[in-house]
Amino acid sequence: MTAAEAVETRTLLEVRNLHVNLGQSHVLQGVSFDVPEGGVTALLGRNGVGKTTTLRAILGLVGRRGTVRLGGEDLTALATHRIVRRSVGYVPEDRDIFAGLTVEENLRLAERGDEPRYDLVYDLFPELKTRARQRAGTLSGGQQQMVAIARALLNDNRLLLVDEPTKGLAPALVTEFAHVLERLSELTTVLLVEQNLGVVRRIARDAVVLDTGRVVHAGDAKELLAQPELVRRLLSVTAGGHA
Amino acid sequence: MTTFVLLTVTGLGLGAMYFLIASGLSLIYGLMGVLNFAHGAFITVGSYATWWMSENVFDGVGSAWVRFLVSALCGLVAGAIFAALVELVLIRPLYQRHIEQVLVTVGLSIAFVALVQGIWGPDVHPYTAPGWLHETTTLFGAHIPNDRWVEIATAVAVLVALQLFLRRTRYGLIIRAGVENRAMVTALGIDVRKAFTLVFAIGGVAAALAGALSNVYFGSVTPDRGTSLLIFAFIVVVIGGLGSITGSAIAAVVVGLVQQYANYYGTNWIGDWGLGDLSVLLLLAVVLLVRPRGLAGAVAA
Repeated sequence: MTAAEAVETRTLLEVRNLHVNLGQSHVLQGVSFDVPEGGVTALLGRNGVGKTTTLRAILGLVGRRGTVRLGGEDLTALATHRIVRRSVGYVPEDRDIFAGLTVEENLRLAERGDEPRYDLVYDLFPELKTRARQRAGTLSGGQQQMVAIARALLNDNRLLLVDEPTKGLAPALVTEFAHVLERLSELTTVLLVEQNLGVVRRIARDAVVLDTGRVVHAGDAKELLAQPELVRRLLSVTAGGHA
Repeated sequence: MTTFVLLTVTGLGLGAMYFLIASGLSLIYGLMGVLNFAHGAFITVGSYATWWMSENVFDGVGSAWVRFLVSALCGLVAGAIFAALVELVLIRPLYQRHIEQVLVTVGLSIAFVALVQGIWGPDVHPYTAPGWLHETTTLFGAHIPNDRWVEIATAVAVLVALQLFLRRTRYGLIIRAGVENRAMVTALGIDVRKAFTLVFAIGGVAAALAGALSNVYFGSVTPDRGTSLLIFAFIVVVIGGLGSITGSAIAAVVVGLVQQYANYYGTNWIGDWGLGDLSVLLLLAVVLLVRPRGLAGAVAA
């Protein structure tokens, strides 16, 4: 292996034996996987298998057991805000924008460093500049998703956790957001939960598949999606999808 | 007409005190989901600290106004420190454990009244304010006690200051966002616990201010002042909407006026049946039936 290849495959995020209980439900039952530095790793699985819970557990938003390491540093004992300050961005499943704040206030709240990357944000989403003073709650679903992604983009993150960014969007917007995610993957490492396999095929390099709280497959995303029978068995869907 | 004017201004003065208490309660619940039954203790701290400093430390120092203002300032500082300590020592270890939080704040409110009675006795202590506050100003033929104007002006100043703080500062932004979705604020890398302590301290200052002004309004200091004012402040918070300062301000005015009008006209009509308090409860019931979130409420996430 050459030095260049070694750098390419360096692990950024290590998740080991992650357990999460939500009420009486044992949602994550010893999830372990690696996210290599750079590119997009897709976290796949049927509805309710624990994909969103995995992202939330990495951030410490739910109580968990197990180990989470970022660049070798153990994050397990850190509070959520301290994990985020280790340069981790989060785009939640339901956007979770602050509806009563303006677009500009939503973005200002997300600033962590001295030099927030507004140029990048407005380059990707010029619409947000013109709607800066509009209450975020009055935006369309697609515009709200722009705000949610923009909040994560303002800071120079080493890892972005992105949860179903195309959920509920019209096909034209799915294509637009797939393009944005592609741009993101050139800038940072992305752990992406996504149901749209077309988007996954277009941008993901690696894939981790969960089933009933356990990892049942990990490997090259394109190799996985090239095996329709395996996709059907693991995800209960055909390997189609619009991107 | 003169009676109506007097009742209106007096109702606004009472509403001003309710607002000062309710604003802190509302922010605390909106941001943290804590029903702070110990808020009455913050009022009592402000009331007693102002009175005690005036009687013991600043007695004979400067003019009556200087004594009043400096003593009240000490009361506010005491209220802020006490409230911040309550958050740090009692509330923070019980974060997200709402039943335990209710138990500990109810326990503190009861214990604090007993503590005050143990130190200063259960009796009412007369409070001497600057003479001008006890004089009257004539408005449309009604002789309005001057302290009502001070109470109203103070509440308006606090409302403006709170709005400026919430809209113009980063901590204000964090608090407004936290009222909507506390977890997401944390997920943006913000230590929301600092905002918790700050909100408690702000609530403590506003409640202590209400306590200091209540000394002037009632002309006395009593151990159960905080408890009695807190009941109506809770009603104001519910009517105004949890987490909304503007809602609390509107509701405080409505509750203060309804209470005064019903007290006076109800007593004239059917006798002293406590119609003032009853009418406030009826108002609460109507708002809960028609608009359960209150006039301008947000739901804490």
